[in-house]
Parts: sequence; structure tokens; C-alpha cells
Amino acid sequence: MSDSAFITALQLIANFDPELLAIVSLSLRVSLSAVIIAAFIGLPLGAALALYRFPGRAIIIVVFNALMGLPPVVAGLSVYLLLSRAGPLGEFGLLFTPTAMIVAQVILILPILVSLTRQRIEELHGEYAEQLSSMSVSKARRIPTLLWDARLALITVILAGLGRASAEVGAVMIVGGNIDGVTRVMTTAIVLETSKGNLALALGLGLILMLLVALLNGMAYLIGEGTKRSLG
Amino acid sequence: MTKTWLPVLLGITLAASFITPALAEDPVSTEEKAPFITLASTTSTENSGLFDAILPQFKKARGIDVHVVAVGTGQAFEMARRGDADSLLVHDKTAEESFVAEGYATERDDVMYNDFVLIGPKDDPANINSAESVTDALARIADSEAPFASRGDDSGTNRAELRLWEAADIQAQGEWYRELGSGMGATLNTAAAMDAYTLSDRATWVSFDNRQNLDLLYAGDEALFNQYGSLLMSPEKYPHLKHDLAAQWHQWLLSDEGQQAIADFRVKGEQLFFPNAATNK
Repeated sequence: MSDSAFITALQLIANFDPELLAIVSLSLRVSLSAVIIAAFIGLPLGAALALYRFPGRAIIIVVFNALMGLPPVVAGLSVYLLLSRAGPLGEFGLLFTPTAMIVAQVILILPILVSLTRQRIEELHGEYAEQLSSMSVSKARRIPTLLWDARLALITVILAGLGRASAEVGAVMIVGGNIDGVTRVMTTAIVLETSKGNLALALGLGLILMLLVALLNGMAYLIGEGTKRSLG
Repeated sequence: MTKTWLPVLLGITLAASFITPALAEDPVSTEEKAPFITLASTTSTENSGLFDAILPQFKKARGIDVHVVAVGTGQAFEMARRGDADSLLVHDKTAEESFVAEGYATERDDVMYNDFVLIGPKDDPANINSAESVTDALARIADSEAPFASRGDDSGTNRAELRLWEAADIQAQGEWYRELGSGMGATLNTAAAMDAYTLSDRATWVSFDNRQNLDLLYAGDEALFNQYGSLLMSPEKYPHLKHDLAAQWHQWLLSDEGQQAIADFRVKGEQLFFPNAATNK
């Protein structure tokens, strides 16, 4: 079985199967968009949580930590009820579109980015706090500085988010509907082929997905190394 | 310092090249701006490959794309009730008729049928191969307490199965009766792994590849008849839906052309769905 899966995967790649290409590119678009949006919100938010002290902060931190374990199906179901015609945002007609899938994945990975960023920045701030306060830099001004200085560590944080986004199936299945040619991504295609009993094809698609995620991680690693080197 | 920026810039550009097309345009509109409807249907029709065969023909005839969301019949009704589907193609006539009676849908028509079949391990420990009726077959399974895998997901097939147990006057419970809460294909995968009996629609069974030790053991009883119906949603209840396009799909399914497309669909040389729309339509 695993032999034929491997061969199936190779054949799919070698043939540049157009359907496969469409599925792969949609997977990448959805997950990368979700990661970028979540990073723009999550990194500053995480840093702010690390720096500011206010009532209820502990509760927010605990909630974000807990949400790291949010089951994708639950995230998907919540977004479904929100975007469904009978739901509050129904009139926009976003259900069963790639946009809906991006929204669901942002909700899934935002807690990871916020929580891990907060932790990293808190550590870093512990080292810098004296210096920064002696220079009387305001907290708001410290956020970009700290984020920039932590960028190598934050690449790993972002990759953790990307990993969760590209691997999950529960959320995109519900809000996307796994529509052929419209919202079918790698993970939902794997579920579909499994339920058809095409286990070799399903596993082959899984191998390709792993390969893609490994490639993205490799690229991030190279970027990190490049940054390190140029920092000398 | 400029050097530190390079890889970052590279990363951002790369990422941006992915994000912009995703946000700027739906893949739907990029290809061709064909109008589309959203069809809530069942896993059995999707898994068999029926839609891959007939949707291109419908597109050619009417220029409309059909976005199929394949879920269990219970979930399909719920989707439609919430106004998330323009049309329904499902297989639970009783529920379909009450859906119309409750005013959610305005029209329901027979489209096609096939049958349910009893699947089980080749050596057939409950000996259902020689059963006289489907209720007899189920009684033999229950008596021998051979494992039986039930969909357990409120799908059309699941509802049919529960009606059959009721008709056989058997309380299907105990360690041998396993509710999986899964789609048809997933249930067949599980049944294959645990040498269990299960009830499947014929279409999914014929196109299913991971059979292992499973075989078709009993079929042919009238009670195993599996009717598929197409429903049109109520324009009054759901003014936002694409009723005109959905009506075109519905009429095409019932037309000679649509019925022929269904009859022509074959898997491994076997016809899986038998068109039976009323001829006066």
C-alpha cells in the first residue's frame, strides 16, 4: 500500500496533473493568506500583551493559551454559523468560498501566534527592559523594536501557525464545502479519496502535502540563516 | 544593514504573490464568469463520481456551474433550512416530503433510484447469503451477533437502515452493533478493517476500491429500494437564493437529456443510478 502511494505521488507530480496543481495552489493561497493576516494581528497583539499590565491580562493570556487547542471543527462550525445565510454575516454570501476558509484558519492560528509571540517578547523584554527604560522609550515604541529583534524566533512561531493551517481539515471542510474546483484543498481531497477507498491516492496526496510544508520550512530556514549571517 | 533586509523583502514578496490573488479574486470568477448554484447533496452521489459525469453535460447545455457540497442527508437538509443551498439532491423521500410540507421547499420530484445492498465478510458468518428477505438477513446478523457497522450519522442510508431494523422488529444494540458516525466510504473502510456487515448504497459500493475481505452478500429485496429526489427551495422563505438557475438544474435533471446522462453513467461497466423522473414532467 505505501509503495503504491509513493508511486502515485510521484506520478501526480511528474505529470503536473492540472487538477492537482489547482488544489495545491488553493491550499497554499488559503493557508499563506491566513498566516500573513494572523501574523499582522497576532505579532503586535502578542507583544502588547507582553509589555502592558492591565486588569484582566491574566485571563486574556489564559484564554489565548487555551484557544491554541481549539478543535478545527469547532472553529469551522463557528465560522459556518457566522457566515451562513441565517447567521449574522450571511448577506455577504461568503460561505463556501476560499475567503471563508481563510477566515476560519485565521481564527485557528491567531491564538498560536499571540501566545508564542507574547512568551518570546516577554523573555526578550526581560533582557532589554532596563536599557529601554533608561532611554525612556515608550511601551508603544518598544513593540516594533522588540519584534524586530526577535524576528528569528518569530519565524518559528509563524511556521508553527502555518503548520496548523496547512494540516487542518475540520474547519475548511465545513466552511469551504470541499467543492470541486472551487474550495477543494489538499486535506479535504485526502478525506474525499479516503472515503472513496482510494487509499493509495489519498496517501500520495498526503506525501505531496508533506513535501510542500517541508519546502516552505526549508525556505524559512534559509531566510533565517541569511539574516543571521548578515547580522554577522 | 541593507543586506539584512534582502531575505525579509524576498519573503514578503513571495508571500504577497500568494495572498493577493486569493484576496483579490475568487477562483470562481478568475476562470470563467459562469453563473453557479450551490447544491446540497449526499456523499453517495459524490463518492460514486456521478457529478463528475453529469455536471459537465449540464454546464454545456445551460452554461451553469453546480457547486456540490456533499454531506449526509441530515446535514444537507439543515444546510438548506439555513438558506445555504439553492437546491437539494438527496435520498430520504419521507423527510423530503415533509420538507415541502413545512414550506422550506416548493417542489420535489423523483430523479433516479438505485438500491441498498448488504455488505459483509466473504465467509458470511451470519449466513445472510441465503436469507429470504432483508429482514431475515438482519435477523440472522443480530442472532449471530456478528459485528455490524452502522453509519450512525443521520444520513439517508442511516435512516433507511434504522427503518429496516424496525421493520425486522429488532433492537439493534449491543457490542456487535457499532455506530460509526461516518460517511459511506469511511464506514466501508472501517467495516473492511473489522470484518463487519454493513448497509451501503450500491453506487458507493461498486466504486469503492478498498474492499479487502468484503463482498456483496444480499440484495434485491423491494425494501432496499433507494429513491433520490430533487428539491427546489421556497422563493418566499429564501428570497436571496438563485431560484431561476436552480429551476434550470431541476428541470434539466428531469428532462430526457438529464435522465439519459444519469443512465449513461457507468462505473466498472455497471450502471449505478436508474433514472425514473415522471414522464409527464
